[in-house]
Amino acid sequence: MDLLRRELAPVLPEAWEQIDEEARRVLKLHLAARKVVDFSGPHGWKLGCINTGRLKPIQPGPVPNIAHALRESQPLVEVRAAFTIKLIELDFAARGANDLDLGPVIAACERIALAEDGAVFNGFEDAHIRGIIEASPHAPIQVTAAVDWPHAVAKGKESLRRAGVTGPYALALGPKGYDEVTAASDEGYPLRKRIEANLSGPVVWAPALKDGALLLSTRGGDFELTVGQDLSVGYYAHDRENVELFVTESFTFRVLEDKAAILLKRA
Amino acid sequence: MSSESYHEAVELLSEETKNMHRAIVSLKEELEAVDWYQQRAEACSDADLRAVLIHNKNEEIEHAMMVLEWIRRHNPTFDANIGTYVNSSGSILEVEASKTAGGATSTSLGIGSLKVTV
Repeated sequence: MDLLRRELAPVLPEAWEQIDEEARRVLKLHLAARKVVDFSGPHGWKLGCINTGRLKPIQPGPVPNIAHALRESQPLVEVRAAFTIKLIELDFAARGANDLDLGPVIAACERIALAEDGAVFNGFEDAHIRGIIEASPHAPIQVTAAVDWPHAVAKGKESLRRAGVTGPYALALGPKGYDEVTAASDEGYPLRKRIEANLSGPVVWAPALKDGALLLSTRGGDFELTVGQDLSVGYYAHDRENVELFVTESFTFRVLEDKAAILLKRA
Repeated sequence: MSSESYHEAVELLSEETKNMHRAIVSLKEELEAVDWYQQRAEACSDADLRAVLIHNKNEEIEHAMMVLEWIRRHNPTFDANIGTYVNSSGSILEVEASKTAGGATSTSLGIGSLKVTV
């Protein structure tokens, strides 16, 4: 048994299978950062922090003429999204039902995907994570209308290139921007196609980006998501009617090259 | 011929199977050598020779692990089982019971990297 404690749950194998499958489906749909940044892991629960290679000088100790410095490391943050499901619903799986009501699984997976992406894109100070947006030294590019998206992407790409950041480039779009880019056209030509032709990388739906979009290089070596325990479903508790489960993971994120992303801000 | 231990006509075997055969035979030979050196070292009455035999045994263990790593990289079933059992803790039979409990295992959802290349 491990920290997920799945063996203690009154959940039958057929139900676990459907829960895991649904969680997998929703997470793959909602997780945006993993589609555009480097990934290290999974390294398991035992990874508590990652080496930054940095030293931080500290006050001398009691022995004279000895310099002291602390090795700096970045801790992983553990996140959990709890949810409750009726046992009678899960038991239907053992009777052959393959259409369980897994709404709570979906909601929990959406929340945890938002937490991971939010930390990567927007940062999370208490978790010692500096987000891509706050790290970027480039002035944001203003997007004043839907039809401006292709121009903004071209302008952003130019800024990255001038900073020495080569492609391929990806565009992670918040919900509003994604809708506009997907639905709108410019003189009959779909905006998305125009943007994709200019990117050489993917256009990604990123619900955690509230203010617009991020244009970033996916050449590698610029952004690193480190995962200890990868996304998993575990067990908390149960009573006669309900079982309380959770989706969890441990991770941290580092921006290795600040200049490799630029914010396109939708006015 | 690199090996006399084929069980089927060699012309019926793919290059992949022949390479895997070479690796498995090599692994068997390395492990057999480990066993031999272990026994010789234990029975040896000369301390210097015993030290050499133990040194050689440890080198054979290293060779065995190098071949095993090659096998792991080329066979997903070896990879999955090595992932399950090697470096696990507690009772090995409990690890197996957990694995075969129909999904009630401690493994993650296997999401990993989703990085897209266009």
